[in-house]
Amino acid sequence: VPTLAANGPDSWIWWSWVGDHLAEIRTALYEHIVLTVVSVGIGLIIAIPLAIIVRRYRRLYAPVLWLTGLMYAIPALALFGILVPITGLTRTTAIIPLVSYTLLILVRNIVTGLDAVSEDVRDAARGMGYTGRAQFVRVEVPLAIPAIFAGIRIATVSTIALITVTAVIGQNSLGQLILDGLNRDFRTPLVVGLVLTVVLALIADLFLLGVQWLLTPWARGRRA
Amino acid sequence: MNFLGQVWDWFTSSKQWHGEFGIPHRLFEHVQLSAVSVLAALVLAIPIGVALGHVRRGGNAAVIVANLGRAIPSFGILVLMVTVLGIGAGPTFVALVLLAVPPMLTNAYVAVHGVDPDAVEAARAAGMTPRQVLWKVEIPLATGLMFAGIRTGAVYVVATATLAALAGGGGLGDVIVNQASYGTAGVIAGALFVTVLAFLVEGVFALIQRLVTPKALRYDEDVTEVLLGPPVIEST
Repeated sequence: VPTLAANGPDSWIWWSWVGDHLAEIRTALYEHIVLTVVSVGIGLIIAIPLAIIVRRYRRLYAPVLWLTGLMYAIPALALFGILVPITGLTRTTAIIPLVSYTLLILVRNIVTGLDAVSEDVRDAARGMGYTGRAQFVRVEVPLAIPAIFAGIRIATVSTIALITVTAVIGQNSLGQLILDGLNRDFRTPLVVGLVLTVVLALIADLFLLGVQWLLTPWARGRRA
Repeated sequence: MNFLGQVWDWFTSSKQWHGEFGIPHRLFEHVQLSAVSVLAALVLAIPIGVALGHVRRGGNAAVIVANLGRAIPSFGILVLMVTVLGIGAGPTFVALVLLAVPPMLTNAYVAVHGVDPDAVEAARAAGMTPRQVLWKVEIPLATGLMFAGIRTGAVYVVATATLAALAGGGGLGDVIVNQASYGTAGVIAGALFVTVLAFLVEGVFALIQRLVTPKALRYDEDVTEVLLGPPVIEST
């Protein structure tokens, strides 16, 4: 392999450092993915029932939006500051803010998506003999998938970017490489961490778009 | 709870209210850095967004900017800029401007692009030049929605300016990060302070937005539109 010109510790990326630290980079990437899946997963586990409750008891929608909006506006670093004395420098401390930032996006998109199912479609479903839960699961939820997935995609991409900050409370992720770059004034880990974070976010976005495509065969080919 | 008592004691101790390490000075740094960043983002984002909306082109570019804006971690940009500019407020400034541009640009684009085509058509029929259409019809009608983007950007900036502390840029984040000098009670007090400040900015900007929105276009938006922009059904 030919070496690149001007490649050393002071260049933007020093390939031999990257080669020597592949295991470390792989672990950081893996931990980043785990934190993303756990945070968005827990977010969904909370948001789905919350959205269903809110649609049944409409009066609760405004307070739920207000509360999740409040959680959304608290700076991550501030929330870490509040949580560290309680839950310590643990993964729990990292996950609580990450989950709380997904809730507003997820709840809103699930509710908006389900609300957008037209009355005609509901009527047709009833005419075909669907009732209650079957109608919800087999007619309303599938039609709401594009809106729900738009929410999951925004939540996932934002979470991937935000996870980098958890490095300051000692959690391993691509953010740890960025923090390493800061602490040692060394660009290579920083560039690796930053680029991989953005690439991971874009790949996750495309992956979710692919899942959505698989789940909505009727919508294919409608758009160019 | 005894702990709340400690936080209260911290807040009321006069030591926290004086000098370079006191809350007022940190608050001043925080607000100053946020204000400069929001202004710079405005100057960058609004003309481009308005221009793209006016010529009704670049919708895809606006969506790409919005998506990329979400994917790029502010923390990474901050550290990247530290290696270029060194320790200080500069790196945070760059990271904050990059954070605020996407919501401002996309909203300005959507706002101008979404102006009722009939109104634009009528203005043209009345003999207005393209420049007059822009300044007398499109921009006034788009102000409310455009300002919603400015508000989203401003709230992001105030919240994220907390990161400045990691790059030696001061601000209220310094109180949170610097447990050694401020103590646990100080960390919590600092965190509460930043949160309250973010809500305050949100409230003030909400008020301004209401004032700059033409009366006929005012509506009761829900809180989420402020934080996330208009509801997203499908984005590609």
